[in-house]
Amino acid sequence: MRAYAIAVYIFLYAPVALIVLFSFNSGLNASDFRGFSTEWYGKAAANPFVMGAVVNSLIIAGTSATLATVFGTMAALALQRVHGPLRTLFDGVTYVAIMVPGIVIGISTLIALVTVFDLVNAGLAGIWPGATPPQLGLGYGSIIAAHTLFTMALVIVIVRARLAGMDRTLVEASADLYSTPWGTFRQVILPQLLPAVVAGFMLSFTFSFDDFVIAFFVAGSKTTLPIYVFASIRRGVTPEINAIGTVVLAVSLAMLLGSQFLLRRGRKTQAA
Amino acid sequence: MTASDNIAAAERRGRVITAALLAPSTLWFLLLLLLPLAVVVVFSFGERHPAGGYQAGFTFENYLNLPARWAAFRNTLVLAPIGTAICLLAAYPLAYWLAVKVGPQRRLLLLVLVIVPFWTSFLIRTYAWIFILGGRGIPAVIEWLGFGDVRLINTPFAVLVGIVYGYLPLMVFPIFVSLERLDKRLLEASHDLGAPPLRTFLQVTLPLSAPGVITGSMLVFILLMGEYLIPALLGGGKVFFIGNALVDLFLQSRNWPYGSAVAVALVLLMLVTVTLYLRATRRPGSRDVSLI
Repeated sequence: MRAYAIAVYIFLYAPVALIVLFSFNSGLNASDFRGFSTEWYGKAAANPFVMGAVVNSLIIAGTSATLATVFGTMAALALQRVHGPLRTLFDGVTYVAIMVPGIVIGISTLIALVTVFDLVNAGLAGIWPGATPPQLGLGYGSIIAAHTLFTMALVIVIVRARLAGMDRTLVEASADLYSTPWGTFRQVILPQLLPAVVAGFMLSFTFSFDDFVIAFFVAGSKTTLPIYVFASIRRGVTPEINAIGTVVLAVSLAMLLGSQFLLRRGRKTQAA
Repeated sequence: MTASDNIAAAERRGRVITAALLAPSTLWFLLLLLLPLAVVVVFSFGERHPAGGYQAGFTFENYLNLPARWAAFRNTLVLAPIGTAICLLAAYPLAYWLAVKVGPQRRLLLLVLVIVPFWTSFLIRTYAWIFILGGRGIPAVIEWLGFGDVRLINTPFAVLVGIVYGYLPLMVFPIFVSLERLDKRLLEASHDLGAPPLRTFLQVTLPLSAPGVITGSMLVFILLMGEYLIPALLGGGKVFFIGNALVDLFLQSRNWPYGSAVAVALVLLMLVTVTLYLRATRRPGSRDVSLI
Protein backbone atom coordinates (compact mmCIF):
# COMPACT_ATOMS: atom_id res chain seq x y z
CA MET A 1 0.00 0.00 0.00
CA ARG A 2 2.90 2.28 0.77
CA ALA A 3 4.43 1.50 -2.62
CA TYR A 4 1.12 2.34 -4.24
CA ALA A 5 0.99 5.68 -2.41
CA ILE A 6 4.51 6.52 -3.59
CA ALA A 7 3.50 5.64 -7.15
CA VAL A 8 0.51 8.02 -6.91
CA TYR A 9 2.72 10.85 -5.66
CA ILE A 10 5.10 10.24 -8.55
CA PHE A 11 2.15 10.26 -10.95
CA LEU A 12 1.00 13.58 -9.45
CA TYR A 13 4.36 15.32 -9.48
CA ALA A 14 6.34 13.86 -12.41
CA PRO A 15 4.50 15.91 -15.07
CA VAL A 16 5.02 19.06 -12.99
CA ALA A 17 8.70 18.24 -12.56
CA LEU A 18 8.99 17.73 -16.30
CA ILE A 19 7.62 21.21 -16.99
CA VAL A 20 10.07 22.76 -14.54
CA LEU A 21 12.93 20.76 -16.05
CA PHE A 22 12.14 21.72 -19.62
CA SER A 23 11.64 25.37 -18.72
CA PHE A 24 15.43 25.48 -18.26
CA ASN A 25 16.05 23.86 -21.65
CA SER A 26 18.27 25.86 -23.97
CA GLY A 27 17.04 24.04 -27.10
CA LEU A 28 14.32 25.52 -29.27
CA ASN A 29 12.26 22.36 -29.29
CA ALA A 30 10.58 21.48 -26.03
CA SER A 31 10.95 17.78 -26.75
CA ASP A 32 14.74 17.49 -26.72
CA PHE A 33 16.92 18.58 -23.88
CA ARG A 34 20.09 20.48 -24.78
CA GLY A 35 21.38 21.98 -21.56
CA PHE A 36 20.65 24.42 -18.79
CA SER A 37 19.58 27.94 -19.61
CA THR A 38 17.20 30.59 -18.32
CA GLU A 39 16.73 32.17 -21.71
CA TRP A 40 13.01 31.25 -21.93
CA TYR A 41 12.30 33.10 -18.71
CA GLY A 42 13.97 36.16 -20.22
CA LYS A 43 12.01 35.73 -23.47
CA ALA A 44 8.71 35.38 -21.61
CA ALA A 45 9.46 38.43 -19.45
CA ALA A 46 10.35 40.47 -22.54
CA ASN A 47 7.22 39.41 -24.43
CA PRO A 48 4.67 42.25 -24.13
CA PHE A 49 1.78 39.84 -24.82
CA VAL A 50 2.78 37.63 -21.91
CA MET A 51 3.23 40.57 -19.55
CA GLY A 52 -0.04 42.14 -20.69
CA ALA A 53 -1.87 38.87 -20.04
CA VAL A 54 -0.27 38.56 -16.59
CA VAL A 55 -1.32 42.12 -15.68
CA ASN A 56 -4.88 41.47 -16.94
CA SER A 57 -5.11 38.25 -14.94
CA LEU A 58 -3.84 39.95 -11.78
CA ILE A 59 -6.31 42.84 -12.12
CA ILE A 60 -9.21 40.45 -12.76
CA ALA A 61 -8.31 37.96 -10.02
CA GLY A 62 -7.61 40.71 -7.46
CA THR A 63 -10.86 42.56 -8.15
CA SER A 64 -13.14 39.54 -8.38
CA ALA A 65 -11.64 37.87 -5.29
CA THR A 66 -12.08 41.11 -3.30
CA LEU A 67 -15.70 41.53 -4.43
CA ALA A 68 -16.48 37.86 -3.83
CA THR A 69 -14.93 37.90 -0.35
CA VAL A 70 -16.74 41.09 0.74
CA PHE A 71 -20.15 40.21 -0.75
CA GLY A 72 -19.94 36.54 0.23
CA THR A 73 -19.00 37.32 3.84
CA MET A 74 -21.77 39.92 4.05
CA ALA A 75 -24.30 37.37 2.79
CA ALA A 76 -23.06 34.64 5.13
CA LEU A 77 -23.42 36.99 8.13
CA ALA A 78 -26.90 38.09 7.09
CA LEU A 79 -28.09 34.53 6.45
CA GLN A 80 -27.71 33.75 10.15
CA ARG A 81 -30.82 35.84 10.71
CA VAL A 82 -32.81 34.69 7.68
CA HIS A 83 -35.08 31.67 8.02
CA GLY A 84 -37.98 30.07 6.20
CA PRO A 85 -38.64 29.96 2.46
CA LEU A 86 -36.36 32.94 1.73
CA ARG A 87 -33.45 31.07 3.26
CA THR A 88 -34.24 27.89 1.33
CA LEU A 89 -34.39 29.91 -1.89
CA PHE A 90 -31.06 31.62 -1.22
CA ASP A 91 -29.35 28.33 -0.32
CA GLY A 92 -30.78 26.74 -3.47
CA VAL A 93 -29.46 29.51 -5.70
CA THR A 94 -26.02 29.30 -4.03
CA TYR A 95 -25.87 25.57 -4.84
CA VAL A 96 -26.98 26.22 -8.42
CA ALA A 97 -24.13 28.74 -8.78
CA ILE A 98 -21.62 26.12 -7.64
CA MET A 99 -23.09 23.14 -9.51
CA VAL A 100 -23.74 24.63 -12.95
CA PRO A 101 -20.70 23.78 -15.11
CA GLY A 102 -18.30 26.66 -15.76
CA ILE A 103 -18.87 26.29 -19.48
CA VAL A 104 -22.62 26.85 -19.07
CA ILE A 105 -21.92 29.92 -16.87
CA GLY A 106 -19.61 31.12 -19.65
CA ILE A 107 -22.06 30.77 -22.53
CA SER A 108 -25.10 32.00 -20.61
CA THR A 109 -23.23 35.10 -19.39
CA LEU A 110 -21.97 35.71 -22.92
CA ILE A 111 -25.35 35.62 -24.64
CA ALA A 112 -27.16 37.47 -21.82
CA LEU A 113 -24.58 40.27 -21.71
CA VAL A 114 -24.34 40.61 -25.49
CA THR A 115 -28.14 40.82 -25.73
CA VAL A 116 -28.38 43.40 -22.93
CA PHE A 117 -25.43 45.41 -24.32
CA ASP A 118 -27.00 45.49 -27.79
CA LEU A 119 -30.23 46.89 -26.37
CA VAL A 120 -28.47 49.45 -24.17
CA ASN A 121 -26.07 50.52 -26.93
CA ALA A 122 -28.97 51.01 -29.35
CA GLY A 123 -30.80 53.05 -26.72
CA LEU A 124 -27.72 55.13 -25.98
CA ALA A 125 -27.14 55.81 -29.67
CA GLY A 126 -30.74 57.11 -29.90
CA ILE A 127 -30.47 59.62 -27.07
CA TRP A 128 -26.75 60.50 -27.13
CA PRO A 129 -26.20 64.16 -28.10
CA GLY A 130 -22.62 63.71 -29.37
CA ALA A 131 -21.41 61.91 -32.48
CA THR A 132 -19.91 58.81 -30.82
CA PRO A 133 -22.03 57.38 -27.99
CA PRO A 134 -20.24 55.20 -25.43
CA GLN A 135 -20.45 51.50 -26.20
CA LEU A 136 -20.84 48.78 -23.61
CA GLY A 137 -18.84 45.68 -24.41
CA LEU A 138 -17.20 42.55 -23.09
CA GLY A 139 -13.91 42.97 -21.24
CA TYR A 140 -12.61 43.35 -17.70
CA GLY A 141 -16.09 44.00 -16.32
CA SER A 142 -17.70 40.90 -17.78
CA ILE A 143 -14.88 38.54 -16.70
CA ILE A 144 -14.81 40.02 -13.17
CA ALA A 145 -18.61 39.79 -12.89
CA ALA A 146 -18.72 36.17 -14.05
CA HIS A 147 -15.84 35.08 -11.81
CA THR A 148 -17.36 36.88 -8.83
CA LEU A 149 -20.58 34.90 -9.26
CA PHE A 150 -18.92 31.52 -8.75
CA THR A 151 -16.34 32.56 -6.15
CA MET A 152 -18.91 34.50 -4.10
CA ALA A 153 -20.97 31.31 -3.77
CA LEU A 154 -17.77 29.53 -2.66
CA VAL A 155 -17.05 32.21 -0.02
CA ILE A 156 -20.64 32.02 1.28
CA VAL A 157 -20.27 28.27 1.84
CA ILE A 158 -16.82 28.53 3.48
CA VAL A 159 -17.70 31.44 5.80
CA ARG A 160 -21.02 29.89 6.81
CA ALA A 161 -19.26 26.66 7.78
CA ARG A 162 -17.01 28.73 10.06
CA LEU A 163 -19.96 30.70 11.47
CA ALA A 164 -21.76 27.45 12.29
CA GLY A 165 -18.79 26.33 14.40
CA MET A 166 -18.43 29.70 16.12
CA ASP A 167 -18.99 30.28 19.83
CA ARG A 168 -22.24 32.28 20.12
CA THR A 169 -21.82 32.93 23.84
CA LEU A 170 -18.99 35.39 23.10
CA VAL A 171 -21.33 37.43 20.92
CA GLU A 172 -23.94 37.47 23.66
CA ALA A 173 -21.33 38.38 26.28
CA SER A 174 -20.17 41.27 24.11
CA ALA A 175 -23.76 42.54 23.78
CA ASP A 176 -24.30 42.18 27.53
CA LEU A 177 -21.19 44.29 28.11
CA TYR A 178 -22.84 47.13 26.14
CA SER A 179 -20.79 46.78 23.00
CA THR A 180 -22.46 48.22 19.90
CA PRO A 181 -23.34 45.70 17.15
CA TRP A 182 -20.51 47.14 15.05
CA GLY A 183 -18.10 46.84 17.99
CA THR A 184 -19.15 43.22 18.53
CA PHE A 185 -18.64 42.53 14.86
CA ARG A 186 -15.18 44.09 14.76
CA GLN A 187 -13.83 42.75 18.03
CA VAL A 188 -15.55 39.40 18.40
CA ILE A 189 -16.98 38.06 15.14
CA LEU A 190 -14.40 39.24 12.61
CA PRO A 191 -11.30 37.86 14.40
CA GLN A 192 -12.97 34.45 14.61
CA LEU A 193 -14.07 34.58 10.97
CA LEU A 194 -10.77 35.84 9.60
CA PRO A 195 -9.22 32.45 8.74
CA ALA A 196 -12.31 31.51 6.69
CA VAL A 197 -12.38 34.92 5.03
CA VAL A 198 -8.68 34.72 4.11
CA ALA A 199 -9.08 31.15 2.85
CA GLY A 200 -12.09 32.27 0.80
CA PHE A 201 -10.10 35.12 -0.73
CA MET A 202 -7.16 32.87 -1.59
CA LEU A 203 -9.38 30.21 -3.18
CA SER A 204 -11.27 32.88 -5.12
CA PHE A 205 -8.05 34.49 -6.35
CA THR A 206 -6.59 31.14 -7.38
CA PHE A 207 -9.78 30.13 -9.16
CA SER A 208 -10.03 33.40 -11.06
CA PHE A 209 -6.33 33.47 -11.96
CA ASP A 210 -6.50 29.89 -13.21
CA ASP A 211 -9.89 29.98 -14.94
CA PHE A 212 -9.87 29.43 -18.65
CA VAL A 213 -13.31 28.30 -19.71
CA ILE A 214 -15.45 31.17 -18.34
CA ALA A 215 -12.98 33.85 -19.44
CA PHE A 216 -12.72 32.22 -22.89
CA PHE A 217 -16.38 33.16 -23.53
CA VAL A 218 -16.75 36.53 -21.85
CA ALA A 219 -13.26 38.06 -22.33
CA GLY A 220 -14.13 39.86 -25.55
CA SER A 221 -10.80 41.14 -26.91
CA LYS A 222 -9.01 40.92 -23.53
CA THR A 223 -6.40 38.22 -23.03
CA THR A 224 -5.88 36.60 -19.64
CA LEU A 225 -2.88 34.41 -18.89
CA PRO A 226 -4.75 31.08 -19.30
CA ILE A 227 -6.19 32.32 -22.61
CA TYR A 228 -2.68 33.23 -23.78
CA VAL A 229 -1.25 29.88 -22.70
CA PHE A 230 -4.11 27.97 -24.38
CA ALA A 231 -3.57 29.88 -27.63
CA SER A 232 0.21 29.20 -27.50
CA ILE A 233 -0.36 25.49 -26.95
CA ARG A 234 -2.68 25.48 -29.96
CA ARG A 235 -0.05 27.23 -32.07
CA GLY A 236 2.67 24.78 -31.12
CA VAL A 237 4.72 23.94 -28.09
CA THR A 238 7.52 26.27 -27.04
CA PRO A 239 9.64 26.27 -23.86
CA GLU A 240 8.26 29.74 -23.18
CA ILE A 241 5.04 28.08 -21.95
CA ASN A 242 7.11 25.88 -19.64
CA ALA A 243 8.75 28.97 -18.16
CA ILE A 244 5.37 30.69 -17.68
CA GLY A 245 3.96 27.49 -16.21
CA THR A 246 6.84 27.14 -13.76
CA VAL A 247 6.37 30.71 -12.55
CA VAL A 248 2.60 30.23 -12.22
CA LEU A 249 3.12 26.98 -10.29
CA ALA A 250 5.66 28.62 -7.99
CA VAL A 251 3.38 31.58 -7.29
CA SER A 252 0.30 29.47 -6.59
CA LEU A 253 2.40 27.23 -4.35
CA ALA A 254 3.63 30.30 -2.44
CA MET A 255 0.02 31.52 -2.09
CA LEU A 256 -1.15 28.15 -0.81
CA LEU A 257 1.65 27.93 1.74
CA GLY A 258 1.01 31.56 2.73
CA SER A 259 -2.68 30.93 3.36
CA GLN A 260 -1.86 27.79 5.35
CA PHE A 261 0.57 29.81 7.45
CA LEU A 262 -2.05 32.52 8.06
CA LEU A 263 -4.70 29.97 8.98
CA ARG A 264 -2.38 28.26 11.45
CA ARG A 265 -1.29 31.52 13.03
CA GLY A 266 -4.96 32.49 13.31
CA ARG A 267 -5.66 29.26 15.13
CA LYS A 268 -2.70 29.73 17.48
CA THR A 269 -3.58 33.32 18.46
CA GLN A 270 -7.15 32.16 19.02
CA ALA A 271 -5.99 29.42 21.32
CA ALA A 272 -3.72 31.77 23.28
CA MET B 1 -40.66 55.96 24.28
CA THR B 2 -41.51 52.58 25.83
CA ALA B 3 -39.30 49.51 25.98
CA SER B 4 -41.38 47.69 23.38
CA ASP B 5 -40.97 50.65 21.02
CA ASN B 6 -37.22 50.34 21.46
CA ILE B 7 -37.28 46.65 20.69
CA ALA B 8 -39.45 47.22 17.63
CA ALA B 9 -37.06 49.90 16.40
CA ALA B 10 -34.05 47.64 16.94
CA GLU B 11 -35.79 44.85 15.09
CA ARG B 12 -36.59 47.12 12.19
CA ARG B 13 -33.00 48.29 12.07
CA GLY B 14 -31.82 44.67 12.17
CA ARG B 15 -34.02 43.84 9.20
CA VAL B 16 -32.68 46.79 7.22
CA ILE B 17 -29.09 45.72 7.96
CA THR B 18 -29.84 42.12 6.93
CA ALA B 19 -31.39 43.29 3.67
CA ALA B 20 -28.43 45.61 2.99
CA LEU B 21 -25.95 42.79 3.65
CA LEU B 22 -27.78 40.48 1.26
CA ALA B 23 -28.30 43.10 -1.45
CA PRO B 24 -25.04 42.68 -3.45
CA SER B 25 -25.13 38.88 -3.51
CA THR B 26 -28.83 38.86 -4.42
CA LEU B 27 -28.19 41.33 -7.23
CA TRP B 28 -25.31 39.15 -8.49
CA PHE B 29 -27.35 35.96 -8.40
CA LEU B 30 -30.25 37.62 -10.20
CA LEU B 31 -28.29 39.41 -12.93
CA LEU B 32 -25.43 36.97 -13.51
CA LEU B 33 -26.98 33.59 -12.79
CA LEU B 34 -30.76 33.51 -13.03
CA LEU B 35 -31.13 36.03 -15.86
CA PRO B 36 -28.45 34.36 -18.05
CA LEU B 37 -29.88 30.88 -17.41
CA ALA B 38 -33.35 32.19 -18.33
CA VAL B 39 -31.90 33.71 -21.50
CA VAL B 40 -30.39 30.33 -22.43
CA VAL B 41 -33.76 28.61 -21.99
CA VAL B 42 -35.56 31.30 -24.05
CA PHE B 43 -32.89 31.20 -26.79
CA SER B 44 -33.09 27.41 -27.00
CA PHE B 45 -36.60 27.79 -28.47
CA GLY B 46 -35.52 30.51 -30.90
CA GLU B 47 -34.11 30.54 -34.42
CA ARG B 48 -30.63 31.22 -35.69
CA HIS B 49 -30.15 34.72 -37.10
CA PRO B 50 -28.84 34.57 -40.71
CA ALA B 51 -25.69 36.40 -39.54
CA GLY B 52 -25.27 34.17 -36.48
CA GLY B 53 -26.65 34.78 -33.03
CA TYR B 54 -30.31 34.73 -32.11
CA GLN B 55 -33.59 35.58 -33.78
CA ALA B 56 -36.88 35.56 -31.89
CA GLY B 57 -39.14 32.61 -32.56
CA PHE B 58 -40.74 29.58 -30.99
CA THR B 59 -39.69 26.22 -32.29
CA PHE B 60 -38.68 22.82 -30.93
CA GLU B 61 -36.37 22.30 -33.88
CA ASN B 62 -33.20 22.88 -31.84
CA TYR B 63 -34.17 20.11 -29.45
CA LEU B 64 -35.23 17.81 -32.29
CA ASN B 65 -31.81 18.37 -33.85
CA LEU B 66 -29.90 17.31 -30.72
CA PRO B 67 -29.09 13.85 -32.20
CA ALA B 68 -26.85 15.66 -34.70
CA ARG B 69 -24.41 16.10 -31.79
CA TRP B 70 -24.89 12.55 -30.57
CA ALA B 71 -21.15 11.80 -30.64
CA ALA B 72 -20.43 14.53 -28.07
CA PHE B 73 -23.20 13.28 -25.78
CA ARG B 74 -22.07 9.67 -26.19
CA ASN B 75 -18.42 10.48 -25.41
CA THR B 76 -19.39 12.48 -22.33
CA LEU B 77 -21.83 9.87 -21.07
CA VAL B 78 -19.30 7.07 -21.55
CA LEU B 79 -16.04 8.73 -20.49
CA ALA B 80 -17.35 10.82 -17.55
CA PRO B 81 -18.60 7.76 -15.57
CA ILE B 82 -15.53 5.68 -16.54
CA GLY B 83 -13.23 8.55 -15.54
CA THR B 84 -15.07 8.95 -12.23
CA ALA B 85 -14.81 5.22 -11.55
CA ILE B 86 -11.06 5.12 -12.29
CA CYS B 87 -10.54 8.18 -10.08
CA LEU B 88 -12.43 6.42 -7.30
CA LEU B 89 -10.45 3.19 -7.64
CA ALA B 90 -7.16 5.08 -7.74
CA ALA B 91 -8.04 7.44 -4.88
CA TYR B 92 -9.48 5.01 -2.35
CA PRO B 93 -6.28 3.10 -1.47
CA LEU B 94 -4.37 6.38 -1.12
CA ALA B 95 -7.07 7.94 1.09
CA TYR B 96 -7.16 4.75 3.17
CA TRP B 97 -3.39 4.72 3.54
CA LEU B 98 -3.38 8.39 4.60
CA ALA B 99 -6.24 8.00 7.08
CA VAL B 100 -5.40 4.64 8.62
CA LYS B 101 -1.74 3.78 8.07
CA VAL B 102 0.11 7.11 8.26
CA GLY B 103 0.91 8.64 11.63
CA PRO B 104 -0.65 12.02 12.49
CA GLN B 105 2.75 13.72 12.29
CA ARG B 106 3.27 13.19 8.57
CA ARG B 107 -0.40 12.96 7.62
CA LEU B 108 -1.05 16.68 7.16
CA LEU B 109 2.00 17.20 4.95
CA LEU B 110 1.16 14.18 2.78
CA LEU B 111 -2.45 15.34 2.46
CA VAL B 112 -1.39 18.86 1.47
CA LEU B 113 0.88 17.29 -1.17
CA VAL B 114 -2.19 15.63 -2.71
CA ILE B 115 -4.22 18.84 -2.74
CA VAL B 116 -1.50 21.21 -3.98
CA PRO B 117 -1.65 20.11 -7.64
CA PHE B 118 -5.38 20.74 -7.72
CA TRP B 119 -4.86 24.38 -6.80
CA THR B 120 -2.13 24.97 -9.34
CA SER B 121 -2.74 25.71 -12.99
CA PHE B 122 -5.01 23.05 -14.47
CA LEU B 123 -4.13 24.16 -17.99
CA ILE B 124 -0.38 23.83 -17.45
CA ARG B 125 -0.71 20.45 -15.78
CA THR B 126 -2.86 19.07 -18.60
CA TYR B 127 -0.42 20.50 -21.11
CA ALA B 128 2.36 18.43 -19.52
CA TRP B 129 0.58 15.31 -20.76
CA ILE B 130 0.62 16.48 -24.38
CA PHE B 131 4.34 16.23 -23.96
CA ILE B 132 4.39 12.87 -22.18
CA LEU B 133 1.85 11.10 -24.40
CA GLY B 134 2.92 12.86 -27.60
CA GLY B 135 5.10 11.35 -30.33
CA ARG B 136 8.39 11.95 -28.50
CA GLY B 137 7.21 10.89 -25.07
CA ILE B 138 6.09 7.43 -24.00
CA PRO B 139 5.37 6.20 -27.57
CA ALA B 140 9.03 6.87 -28.48
CA VAL B 141 10.16 4.80 -25.48
CA ILE B 142 7.80 1.97 -26.44
CA GLU B 143 9.09 2.01 -29.99
CA TRP B 144 12.69 2.04 -28.79
CA LEU B 145 11.93 -1.03 -26.67
CA GLY B 146 10.78 -2.73 -29.83
CA PHE B 147 7.05 -2.93 -29.22
CA GLY B 148 6.16 -1.13 -32.41
CA ASP B 149 4.39 2.09 -33.18
CA VAL B 150 1.84 3.17 -30.59
CA ARG B 151 -0.37 6.21 -30.73
CA LEU B 152 -1.44 7.61 -27.36
CA ILE B 153 -2.26 11.29 -27.81
CA ASN B 154 -5.70 12.18 -29.17
CA THR B 155 -7.22 8.89 -28.02
CA PRO B 156 -9.85 8.15 -25.34
CA PHE B 157 -6.94 6.74 -23.30
CA ALA B 158 -5.18 10.12 -23.28
CA VAL B 159 -8.39 11.86 -22.24
CA LEU B 160 -8.85 9.37 -19.38
CA VAL B 161 -5.26 9.90 -18.21
CA GLY B 162 -5.91 13.64 -18.19
CA ILE B 163 -9.13 13.15 -16.25
CA VAL B 164 -7.54 10.97 -13.57
CA TYR B 165 -4.58 13.32 -13.30
CA GLY B 166 -6.75 16.40 -13.05
CA TYR B 167 -9.40 15.17 -10.64
CA LEU B 168 -7.70 12.58 -8.43
CA PRO B 169 -7.03 15.10 -5.60
CA LEU B 170 -10.69 16.06 -5.53
CA MET B 171 -11.64 12.41 -5.01
CA VAL B 172 -8.98 11.68 -2.36
CA PHE B 173 -10.02 14.51 -0.04
CA PRO B 174 -13.66 13.60 0.81
CA ILE B 175 -12.82 9.89 1.10
CA PHE B 176 -9.96 10.74 3.44
CA VAL B 177 -12.25 12.88 5.60
CA SER B 178 -14.84 10.12 6.00
CA LEU B 179 -12.16 7.48 6.69
CA GLU B 180 -10.41 9.67 9.24
CA ARG B 181 -13.66 10.17 11.17
CA LEU B 182 -14.16 6.41 11.26
CA ASP B 183 -13.78 4.98 14.74
CA LYS B 184 -10.68 2.74 14.52
CA ARG B 185 -11.95 0.62 17.42
CA LEU B 186 -14.61 -0.76 15.06
CA LEU B 187 -11.84 -2.24 12.93
CA GLU B 188 -10.23 -3.81 16.00
CA ALA B 189 -13.60 -5.15 17.14
CA SER B 190 -14.17 -6.72 13.74
CA HIS B 191 -10.70 -8.28 13.87
CA ASP B 192 -11.22 -9.56 17.43
CA LEU B 193 -14.49 -11.15 16.37
CA GLY B 194 -12.53 -13.21 13.88
CA ALA B 195 -13.32 -11.40 10.64
CA PRO B 196 -10.59 -11.66 7.98
CA PRO B 197 -9.24 -8.28 6.75
CA LEU B 198 -11.23 -8.39 3.51
CA ARG B 199 -14.47 -8.97 5.36
CA THR B 200 -13.70 -6.15 7.80
CA PHE B 201 -13.10 -3.90 4.83
CA LEU B 202 -16.30 -4.89 3.02
CA GLN B 203 -18.57 -4.86 6.05
CA VAL B 204 -17.12 -2.08 8.21
CA THR B 205 -14.72 0.26 6.41
CA LEU B 206 -16.41 0.54 3.04
CA PRO B 207 -19.98 1.20 4.28
CA LEU B 208 -18.73 3.76 6.81
CA SER B 209 -16.74 5.63 4.17
CA ALA B 210 -19.70 5.69 1.76
CA PRO B 211 -20.50 9.40 2.34
CA GLY B 212 -16.97 10.34 1.25
CA VAL B 213 -17.14 8.04 -1.76
CA ILE B 214 -20.49 9.52 -2.80
CA THR B 215 -19.38 13.14 -2.31
CA GLY B 216 -16.11 12.61 -4.18
CA SER B 217 -17.78 10.81 -7.08
CA MET B 218 -20.43 13.52 -7.38
CA LEU B 219 -17.85 16.32 -7.40
CA VAL B 220 -15.73 14.64 -10.06
CA PHE B 221 -18.69 13.53 -12.17
CA ILE B 222 -20.30 16.98 -12.16
CA LEU B 223 -17.04 18.64 -13.20
CA LEU B 224 -16.44 16.01 -15.90
CA MET B 225 -19.87 16.48 -17.46
CA GLY B 226 -18.94 20.08 -18.28
CA GLU B 227 -15.30 19.36 -19.12
CA TYR B 228 -13.76 21.22 -22.02
CA LEU B 229 -9.99 21.60 -21.56
CA ILE B 230 -8.96 17.95 -21.23
CA PRO B 231 -10.65 16.73 -24.44
CA ALA B 232 -9.58 19.91 -26.24
CA LEU B 233 -5.90 19.37 -25.39
CA LEU B 234 -5.59 15.58 -25.17
CA GLY B 235 -8.46 14.49 -27.43
CA GLY B 236 -7.26 16.60 -30.36
CA GLY B 237 -10.70 17.03 -31.95
CA LYS B 238 -11.20 13.26 -32.13
CA VAL B 239 -12.43 12.66 -28.59
CA PHE B 240 -14.74 15.57 -27.77
CA PHE B 241 -17.22 16.23 -24.99
CA ILE B 242 -20.45 18.27 -24.84
CA GLY B 243 -18.30 21.18 -23.63
CA ASN B 244 -16.32 21.10 -26.86
CA ALA B 245 -19.53 21.04 -28.88
CA LEU B 246 -20.68 24.13 -26.93
CA VAL B 247 -17.48 26.05 -27.70
CA ASP B 248 -17.86 25.12 -31.36
CA LEU B 249 -21.51 26.21 -31.47
CA PHE B 250 -21.09 29.49 -29.61
CA LEU B 251 -17.71 30.73 -30.79
CA GLN B 252 -17.21 29.15 -34.22
CA SER B 253 -20.54 28.54 -35.95
CA ARG B 254 -22.34 31.08 -33.73
CA ASN B 255 -25.54 29.05 -33.70
CA TRP B 256 -26.76 30.37 -30.36
CA PRO B 257 -30.26 28.82 -30.29
CA TYR B 258 -28.97 25.34 -31.08
CA GLY B 259 -26.05 25.80 -28.64
CA SER B 260 -28.54 26.89 -25.97
CA ALA B 261 -30.55 23.72 -26.54
CA VAL B 262 -27.36 21.65 -26.12
CA ALA B 263 -26.57 23.55 -22.89
CA VAL B 264 -30.09 22.99 -21.52
CA ALA B 265 -29.79 19.29 -22.40
CA LEU B 266 -26.42 19.13 -20.59
CA VAL B 267 -27.80 20.69 -17.40
CA LEU B 268 -30.90 18.45 -17.47
CA LEU B 269 -28.72 15.39 -18.06
CA MET B 270 -26.59 16.35 -15.05
CA LEU B 271 -29.63 16.88 -12.84
CA VAL B 272 -31.14 13.54 -13.85
CA THR B 273 -27.96 11.47 -13.42
CA VAL B 274 -27.07 13.15 -10.11
CA THR B 275 -30.60 12.62 -8.75
CA LEU B 276 -30.63 8.98 -9.85
CA TYR B 277 -27.18 8.43 -8.35
CA LEU B 278 -28.16 10.02 -5.04
CA ARG B 279 -31.36 7.99 -4.90
CA ALA B 280 -29.50 4.77 -5.68
CA THR B 281 -26.79 5.38 -3.07
CA ARG B 282 -28.96 6.76 -0.29
CA ARG B 283 -29.59 4.04 2.23
CA PRO B 284 -32.69 4.09 4.43
CA GLY B 285 -32.08 6.04 7.61
CA SER B 286 -28.87 7.68 6.44
CA ARG B 287 -28.60 11.43 6.40
CA ASP B 288 -28.58 13.53 3.26
CA VAL B 289 -25.14 13.86 1.77
CA SER B 290 -23.80 17.37 1.62
CA LEU B 291 -22.05 18.22 -1.61
CA ILE B 292 -19.52 20.47 0.01
